[in-house]
Amino acid sequence: MSERLIQKLNILADAAKYDVSCSSSGSDRKNTNKGVGNGHQSGICHTYTEDGRCVSLLKILLTNHCIFDCAYCVSRRSNDIERAAFTVDEVVELTMNFYRRNYIEGLFLSSGIFKNADFTMERLLRVVKKLRLEENYNGYIHLKTIPGASDELITEAGLYVDRMSINLEMPTEVGLKLLAPEKSHQDVIKPLGFIKNQIVQFKEEKKLIKSVPKFVPAGQSTQMVVGATPETDKDIMYTAANFYKSFSLKRVYYSGYIPISNDSRMPILGSQPPLLRENRLYQTDWLMRFYGFDVKELLNDNNPHLDTDIDPKLSWALRNMHLFPIDINTADYQMILRIPGIGVGSAQKIIQARKFGKLYIHQLKKIGIAYNRAKHFITCADTPFQLKDFQSHQIKGFILAESQSKYLKTPNEQLLLF
Amino acid sequence: MIYIFDGTLEGLLTAVFEWFERKPGPAILKSKEIHQPDAFMPSFEVLTDREKADRVWKGMAKKLDRAWMRRAYCSYLSELPQIHHDLFQFIIYIFQSPSGAEQNYGHPQVLSITQTARKVEREKHRMEAFIRFQKTADGMFYCGIDPDFNVIPLLVNHFKNRYADQQWIIYDLKRHYGIFYDLQTVEEIEMDIDISLLKKTNQNLLDEKENLYADLWKNYFKSTNIVARKNTKLHTQHVPKRYWKYLTEKL
Repeated sequence: MSERLIQKLNILADAAKYDVSCSSSGSDRKNTNKGVGNGHQSGICHTYTEDGRCVSLLKILLTNHCIFDCAYCVSRRSNDIERAAFTVDEVVELTMNFYRRNYIEGLFLSSGIFKNADFTMERLLRVVKKLRLEENYNGYIHLKTIPGASDELITEAGLYVDRMSINLEMPTEVGLKLLAPEKSHQDVIKPLGFIKNQIVQFKEEKKLIKSVPKFVPAGQSTQMVVGATPETDKDIMYTAANFYKSFSLKRVYYSGYIPISNDSRMPILGSQPPLLRENRLYQTDWLMRFYGFDVKELLNDNNPHLDTDIDPKLSWALRNMHLFPIDINTADYQMILRIPGIGVGSAQKIIQARKFGKLYIHQLKKIGIAYNRAKHFITCADTPFQLKDFQSHQIKGFILAESQSKYLKTPNEQLLLF
Repeated sequence: MIYIFDGTLEGLLTAVFEWFERKPGPAILKSKEIHQPDAFMPSFEVLTDREKADRVWKGMAKKLDRAWMRRAYCSYLSELPQIHHDLFQFIIYIFQSPSGAEQNYGHPQVLSITQTARKVEREKHRMEAFIRFQKTADGMFYCGIDPDFNVIPLLVNHFKNRYADQQWIIYDLKRHYGIFYDLQTVEEIEMDIDISLLKKTNQNLLDEKENLYADLWKNYFKSTNIVARKNTKLHTQHVPKRYWKYLTEKL
């Protein structure tokens, strides 16, 4: 009995792991009636796998039987793999026992589509309801919205879970049609829009009537596979920006494609997943969400791809040298945020600290900015006077010479002639 | 002038009180433990006084908001040798300056308190993440820890709110005290047994299903890993090796 359970867990955790989202933040659900569990506003990562990704939630599929045949997915119907399915009770038992031992922050439940969308969604809903109503469980639940499920089921699920998500999979409609002819972006857009409207509506009602229940308090997210089809970084980020705006998404995840089959439409088995590219996309995503950058500033027709050797913020700064140097002691917050080597925390500290007097280099260093990088773009109280005006490629050279990126395998120094 | 105190928070606050009463000019605060007599500097022994400490704490609360009071407290819990003096100077600086002075990140002690408090909060957060309870045969959930800083006081609320329907014990093996939740309140406890016994798990004391769930968890941890993306550096950065001994999945 327990051996079969271990086996099932292995199969269904393995099938679920390509969903990147593991965040447990954004929900402040309280532990009511002396039950078990509560939300943690900033989330908790309980451990990290050997690939460095956080493990916050018990991420499993209810089953990996699926009626679809999407080329990028391990669980596609034509793939010859072991199939398994959990019962509702098994998922509940696992979640409760892991949670009580402080292994996890909650449950991430997804599923292959068996029979039809409503049938699958109804099963997922049963797990969620059992946890909330019978086990008095108030921990985090992330539930996949099954495309094509009825509005009633989705609304009901939204009342019990913290986050819902539904994956775009391919950044463009063309890419999706190529690999999964049975699907379209429209299948994703409809439920995303529906849930977004519900969230807004519930929030409005809650303003008037306090007893209105929470509806998907931690919002929605989505995911795109990167590198399976030949989209540019610009395509990917424009789609992401559009989805952030239209559906008030909390997160868009980018998942570097890991070859899982010998399909001629995609990278061959054994090729390296595009980890660096994925990293650059996340950096761009962060710049859009926290640093006040517009996606058009970072990626446009002149720069359809992100630089691989330097991060997008530095790359933007080097393209816009006419805006620098910025005086740390007078510039406004938005501009300080745009300086390479200064993050949100340091920018806020600088704004506070300079009210008490001009800031000097040693103070900036102590505050924690990456001074060796930032020094090319700032002036402060004791910046040495410099006659020479460096060009952006020279600055790039200085910075690259100092940095030790694990991605730079080949030295990029100029060789000596003699 | 060297101020010598007993190492407690109350002692530290009393020292601030005494300093303002005497105004001896620049002073260094040292705990009795690390103090070495100095031939060239006079010293003054602070006698911990609850009332004086209370007055200082209340005075601080008038000038600092709750987040800053917490920062001050957290930095004290770090137990770092330098922090006593920094906290002492910080409090004096706050009292002597107009309100809002705590935002002066260019000031060395302000920055020291901020950064130390961050370290302590990080350790507290790690404990919230890395504590792995073992269920004992009598239904108690137990975990022993030895955090870098004395973070147990900061853990009480989190675990009390989260695990309201199960009895649990979190025990600091290094500082030899812990907290116990009896379904109503959290109490501080001191176990009267040899620490080396606590460090080993005694299979006879465990719940019959404990090993099954530990096994399931280990299997889950393995299956959810993507081998093609292996990144050991990032892994150890997030889960430093000194914590591995407490992680079920790493045993």
